[in-house]
Amino acid sequence: MSVSPYLQVPQQPPHKPRVALFITCLVDSMRPSVGFATIKLLEAAGCHVEVPDLQTCCGQPAYNSGAKQDTQKLARLNIKKFADYDYVVAPSGSCIGMLHQYPDLFEKNSKDYKQAQELAGRAWEITSFLTDVLQYQPAPTQQSMTITYHDSCAGLRELGIHQQPRQLLERIDKLQINEMAEADTCCGFGGTFCIKFPDISNRMVSNKTDNAEASRAQLLVGGDLGCLMNMAGKLKRQGSHMQTRHVTEILANMLDIPAIGEGENTPLRPTNSDLGYEV
Amino acid sequence: MQINSPKFKDNARIALADANLQQALGNLKAGFPGKRAAAIGRLPEFDALRDQAQDIKNHVIENLDFYLETFESKVQDNGGHVHWASSSEDACQTILDICQSVGARTVTKGKSMVTEEIGLNDFLEKHSVTPVETDLGEYILQLREDHPSHIIAPAIHLNLSDVSEIFAEKHGTEAKHQPEELMQEARDVLRDHFVAADVGITGANFYVPETGSTIIVTNEGNGDLTQTLPKVHIVVTSIEKCVPTLEDLSLFMRLLSRSATGQECTVYNTLSSGPRQPGDQDGPEQFHVVLVDNGRSSMVGDDLQDMLRCIRCSACMNHCPVYSQIGGHAYGWVYPGPMGSVLTPKMIGIHDAGHLPNASTFCGKCESVCPVRIPLPKLMRSWRETQHQQQASPAIGRMAIGGWAWLARHPRLYKLGSSIAIKAMSIMAGNKGRLKSLPVGRGWTLWRDLPAPQGSSFQQQWKQQQNKGDKS
Repeated sequence: MSVSPYLQVPQQPPHKPRVALFITCLVDSMRPSVGFATIKLLEAAGCHVEVPDLQTCCGQPAYNSGAKQDTQKLARLNIKKFADYDYVVAPSGSCIGMLHQYPDLFEKNSKDYKQAQELAGRAWEITSFLTDVLQYQPAPTQQSMTITYHDSCAGLRELGIHQQPRQLLERIDKLQINEMAEADTCCGFGGTFCIKFPDISNRMVSNKTDNAEASRAQLLVGGDLGCLMNMAGKLKRQGSHMQTRHVTEILANMLDIPAIGEGENTPLRPTNSDLGYEV
Repeated sequence: MQINSPKFKDNARIALADANLQQALGNLKAGFPGKRAAAIGRLPEFDALRDQAQDIKNHVIENLDFYLETFESKVQDNGGHVHWASSSEDACQTILDICQSVGARTVTKGKSMVTEEIGLNDFLEKHSVTPVETDLGEYILQLREDHPSHIIAPAIHLNLSDVSEIFAEKHGTEAKHQPEELMQEARDVLRDHFVAADVGITGANFYVPETGSTIIVTNEGNGDLTQTLPKVHIVVTSIEKCVPTLEDLSLFMRLLSRSATGQECTVYNTLSSGPRQPGDQDGPEQFHVVLVDNGRSSMVGDDLQDMLRCIRCSACMNHCPVYSQIGGHAYGWVYPGPMGSVLTPKMIGIHDAGHLPNASTFCGKCESVCPVRIPLPKLMRSWRETQHQQQASPAIGRMAIGGWAWLARHPRLYKLGSSIAIKAMSIMAGNKGRLKSLPVGRGWTLWRDLPAPQGSSFQQQWKQQQNKGDKS
């Protein structure tokens, strides 16, 4: 869980790279709009985007459940599926983090190991890819909103993603980031952890939503759908008005779609300062 | 110590509902991590020091036999004795033998997690030797017949009134309510024990083969009184706590104090290099070192070897979002938090400790603060792999993961399955955008809603768009 050794930034941003979108199982089934937002951003940044057919999952649930052989089999499938692209990009630090762990699954210097290393060297999380690899500067836009950003664990600690999404968000005029306390503390999702240890997970996500609300932001934003569904689900259960979105939806200006866990697209709650609260 | 790890889930539930404990854990969270961050902020070369420390420890583990033998001969040269203990029982018996050889009735003890691990206090008491803990936290726990919930702040789960009550009861004094008064009372009681003790037992944060020395770092000075006043000093430590030279020791001291309490330097740093020599003004007449293995040597060369680098600083638990919600007792044995979730299964067996390596989100904070860069999540995962191979994890979970992984390798069936699930969830959610309950995965909906899927899958929508594009 230390920062991946495979994050090698090319010296010159490539010209019109051929990028495979790794859609991830959660975005594929639960929130396709994140996939479309990601494509929109990649194309705006000058990429040729393709979606390899019949994608499933990175294998992380099996890996973290101790099912190493199952994980190896899935890894081999994904190594093959994503072989012919300049880059593999996903709207998730967690799933890309898993791709960066593929080499650990295989015997050092085996054929699988080398192929896994090669894939890891091309695999990037979207905000990191846009900033670190492409050095993309989005055209200035305007969105009047106050957000707070949750740093998902794998993105932060395996891929070094902290500044990248903020850097992109800060280019949006009238968007204000209110940093919450403990933004880098786990939200308690942890894949199967939240099902196996529901009471502990609940306390962790409650701390997270407390911190998010205390930031007095209107919108909770992050880069991993698992964490976002966990936090949004808690906020909704608590009856909170705070909305939750994936960072790509904001960057791609796709705010006409209902926020995570919302049935319809409701306007953002006025900021607390608008209500005359002390900020 | 009684093993309560199998009841981890119940322990955790009780801990979450314990208001006093939650308050105490809040203090911990507000204290150590911030102090550590500040101390490291003042030491720009911290990461480089961590790399060095990791290299030194790896070197030590690969040459452990050499360093152990060198240490033994140095201690002997200095006039001390080294005892080898392969198990807890061996260690306890060795210590008892030394105590009995000098007719000891009471022994004072400095803080030592290894003596907790081997269950020394119970063993000594059974054989009519009275141990007296002299670290304030440990002393409070001993009065309460309690156990440490943290490896460097053992009584972190207690609050002021707990201490006030137990002192009044056990000392027969009027209840005091100021921390200073309580500390003074403990000091008064302990002074007599220090003077009366026949044997002093301490742990060791490190041992140094170069000079045959052991070292303790404390903030109370109790360790010095424990080891200097009695005629016999017994050091109980474990075989991996080796740093080859005094030069190396200084590096580890810099890392340890900052990682543990955020101090630049711990208050008392005391080296012991044998018994009193002619001309010395004080010091013990006998100096014994008991080197405990207790399963450690079998970790050399296996998947858990990296764990032998651990210097017991507690940074992993201080920063763990699970530990900081449930505290140390929930883990059910001596070593809590991430380091305990790796070590405990080794020491009490994966059968009893099965929950521990699973009770982590793999958030990676532990590894990111570890001064010797132990890949704690990887080591916990290795226990999960062992459980999976031995079919020791719950059958339902194993079948679910196995079935899911099989589906994920058969994308067409996977697509069919996921489209059915998406449809079902969409119907159940109606126009609310979320579900309040689910037939499976109740752990999720017990405490939170489940955001509903947006409709059909991305891949389905993408395909439809592509087909449309082709036709137009």
